[in-house]
Amino acid sequence: MLKTLRQIASIGVATEPPPGPDESLRVREALQGQIRAVLGRALCIRHVDAGSCNGCELEIHALNNPLYNLEGLGVRFVASPRHADLLLVTGPASRHMEVALIRTYEATPAPKLVVAIGDCGCTGGVFGESYASCGRISNVIPVDVAVPGCPPNPTRILEGILTAVAQRR
Amino acid sequence: MPLRRWLARSREQPGAPGLTALMVTPDEWRSVMEDLRAAGGRLLALWASRDGGVDYVRAAALAESQGFIMSLPLHRQGEGTAYPGLDDLFPAAARMQRAIHDLSGLCATDPDSRSWLRHSAWPAGYHPLTDPGAPPAGPAAPDHYEFVRVAGDGVHEIAVGPVHAGTIEPGHFRFSVVGEKVLRLEERLGYVHKGIEQRFTQLSVLEAHRLAARVSGDSAVAFSWAYAQALEGVTGTEVPPRGLWLRALCLELERLANHLGDLGALGNDAGFAFGLMQFSRLKELLLRTQEQALGARYLMDAIVPGGTSCNLDQAGSERLFTCAGAVAREAAKLRTIYDEHDGLRDRFTGAGTVAPELAVQLGLTGLAGRASGQAFDLRIDMPCTPYAELAPVKCSRAEGDVAARVALRFDEVQESCRLLEAILTRIPPGPWQTQLELPPAGLLGAGLIEGWRGPVFVALETGECGAIRRCHPHDPSWQNWPVLEHAVIGNIVPDFPLINKSFNLSYSGHDL
Repeated sequence: MLKTLRQIASIGVATEPPPGPDESLRVREALQGQIRAVLGRALCIRHVDAGSCNGCELEIHALNNPLYNLEGLGVRFVASPRHADLLLVTGPASRHMEVALIRTYEATPAPKLVVAIGDCGCTGGVFGESYASCGRISNVIPVDVAVPGCPPNPTRILEGILTAVAQRR
Repeated sequence: MPLRRWLARSREQPGAPGLTALMVTPDEWRSVMEDLRAAGGRLLALWASRDGGVDYVRAAALAESQGFIMSLPLHRQGEGTAYPGLDDLFPAAARMQRAIHDLSGLCATDPDSRSWLRHSAWPAGYHPLTDPGAPPAGPAAPDHYEFVRVAGDGVHEIAVGPVHAGTIEPGHFRFSVVGEKVLRLEERLGYVHKGIEQRFTQLSVLEAHRLAARVSGDSAVAFSWAYAQALEGVTGTEVPPRGLWLRALCLELERLANHLGDLGALGNDAGFAFGLMQFSRLKELLLRTQEQALGARYLMDAIVPGGTSCNLDQAGSERLFTCAGAVAREAAKLRTIYDEHDGLRDRFTGAGTVAPELAVQLGLTGLAGRASGQAFDLRIDMPCTPYAELAPVKCSRAEGDVAARVALRFDEVQESCRLLEAILTRIPPGPWQTQLELPPAGLLGAGLIEGWRGPVFVALETGECGAIRRCHPHDPSWQNWPVLEHAVIGNIVPDFPLINKSFNLSYSGHDL
């Protein structure tokens, strides 16, 4: 226990300070304000992997690390689409996930925002459309914002979330 | 007949070192595999391809420090002609054979003929790898899958997925439980099948490494290196030494990043959020250093045929060296905290145990295999350059529980940090990439790389003018998913996320 406490104390607060000249930091501060203005409470996100290679998932995980500290900004991941304001969807939509993705979308209450993540989510990426792939996410459900990148870094994903929230003001 | 007699008959196989090629008849197909089993060998992959109207079933296998690719030509006499099944010898063969039927239409003689990768996206009569064009139009037949039912007093089922309650890939798990005790788990995968193998045949050999890297994004370096190795084998390309050392650098960075992520997640799944915060911070520092030194947080396109796309300058090298040292020190400190934490010890020890005997029988491989006494590591057993020179130390454990898989990750973190420092110190100067000729048509090249999860295999068959006739990527998750079903028997349902995470298998790499 003593070692644990000593480690916590020696690392200190890893979260990067919100104000500052860094573009990414400005975005994060703005995000908090936008979320408060639009929802008046925390933004709840449900992640859906609709056929991703699992690369985008790694960067979505990174959003929760202490440097990005997503929860500190008033954004949290929830376990059910019924609790979510926004769906964060990765992958080309595989045809085997088509029904599950549509059902997840239908189960999400208003404002039902959808952010498609990654080159595959935006265009189908290297997988394209085929007997097994529907390609881009917007071929299956309506998409508000699409964030390119392979995988997009956590700051880009945050910007995508901000854009989706901002356009619903 | 002992295995070495078969191997004496085998020919040279272009690509990864230590592999040979063997052509067999239907009778020999089983005999070779029986002898392989008797010699303590392992099944690596099983796939089908078509060459000039003849169908082939191919198997890749490993025995000690060598391996071989065995091909069985099938002169088909209409539907229903079956090749000899292998699931009694190598249980992992069952799902691979079912996938071959879904994609190429060839049947094995084994009893389980349920579809595996095909749900309802295409009809049963259409085989995406052998039938040209699109599947027949019209609504696909409704998806119906026969799960094995467990009956008895108080037995009930819990169905989970495909969409899970977390940031993970989709798959379906059917638990049969009494109270909270798991009697049986049956997996159903294939949800992220996106036609990767068909897509390969639409790409040129010189661009398909990008698709290989995206078979399983967390193993991008391993898959793209294996692909490049196969292609360089059939083109007779000599990669400059610096290129090979840079690849090893990327591979160890990938191993390190994944192990750090898993160690944090495993702490978190056992209720110790401190672990997640500490390790995810370390991982982020590593990724940022990678971005500064190699130009990308994730090395999706670092490995290209003929070498690497990125080079390393002096400043980048120093940054990575400092980072590897810091990660090793921090991880060692965190290890003592994990080791001394009563709550973690309680959750880790004895959970999800796969005893070494069961691991041998089922063919558990890679990282999870090494935690159950299967001390195989291609970097040591069949080293490609520069691993022979680096002489990595093989890590293994015998307990086979979550605690062993955690401890093994801690061991491998230290070893990868040591290898990173050795690579950065000794990496030779010079060019890091060379030009590739287009390969002749009709050749088979093989790539074999020890990724962080286990052996990653790529078989590449060339077509005319730089086309790909067939490319089969194989992730070690194929071997380990069925073993997870055994590992959870007798455990309680709330321990499943922890046990599952301790294996951390790929859905995308399996579903293709």
